[in-house]
Amino acid sequence: MASTIRLKTKTNDGVTTVRAIIRHPMETGFRIDSETSELVPVHYINEVIVKHNDIVVMSCDWSRAVSKNPYLSFMFKGASVGDKLGLSWSDNKNNTDSIETRIE
Amino acid sequence: MLRRDTLKYLASGSMILVSGLFKPLAVLAKWNEAAFSAVDYDEAIAAYFPNQKIKESEQISIGVHAVVENGAVVPIKVKTDLPNIESITIFVDKNPNPLIANFDLFPGCVGFISTRIKIQQASNIIVTVKSNGMIFSTRKFIEVHEGGCG
Repeated sequence: MASTIRLKTKTNDGVTTVRAIIRHPMETGFRIDSETSELVPVHYINEVIVKHNDIVVMSCDWSRAVSKNPYLSFMFKGASVGDKLGLSWSDNKNNTDSIETRIE
Repeated sequence: MLRRDTLKYLASGSMILVSGLFKPLAVLAKWNEAAFSAVDYDEAIAAYFPNQKIKESEQISIGVHAVVENGAVVPIKVKTDLPNIESITIFVDKNPNPLIANFDLFPGCVGFISTRIKIQQASNIIVTVKSNGMIFSTRKFIEVHEGGCG
């Protein structure tokens, strides 16, 4: 199955910009399914971790109020082109996914 | 029987140990249930930063449109030039749960976060930044035409 994560990096003058989009419904539990007329159960990513060469560089704690298909961008210093960058997420139903890429 | 039970016990114990070791989140701060489930802004911020004073700061900027058409997808950029940043946290005071997201920034990170959040109605967005162990905040009021929590 295709990854739920798209992870891109760009390094300029020693600063690496990380951009990620995760495919996830981020259901609040307030939405009513138009076909069944029932509430769609709450389902959202609550933790995201980004590692540079296996060391945590950024981590997130999220509520259900992060938008559907979450977008995340941040910047950090000290990475070299070719270094490993990994992102993993987990949600309130204990689903997880992760990806690893090389810094560009 | 005793031996079998002991083996079972040991097996389950080691399973817990192994899963504990390999769970990547185990070393990090625990998801703050009390703060995330708070329904009131003052309650949420008190649960997230217990017994800490929060100072207003002009060294934090919130990049967000003042009027939002679709509350389901509100792009937000936070920038700060405060030193030694440990975390950036976003609150929306009128949302059903005002604590939206926390970002822990480890050494090397620039004071910048960009994401997209849901906002139910006209609200203050409050952003806090933990810098040198102290909490700073700033806020921005935004109008919302169509709420984003449905």
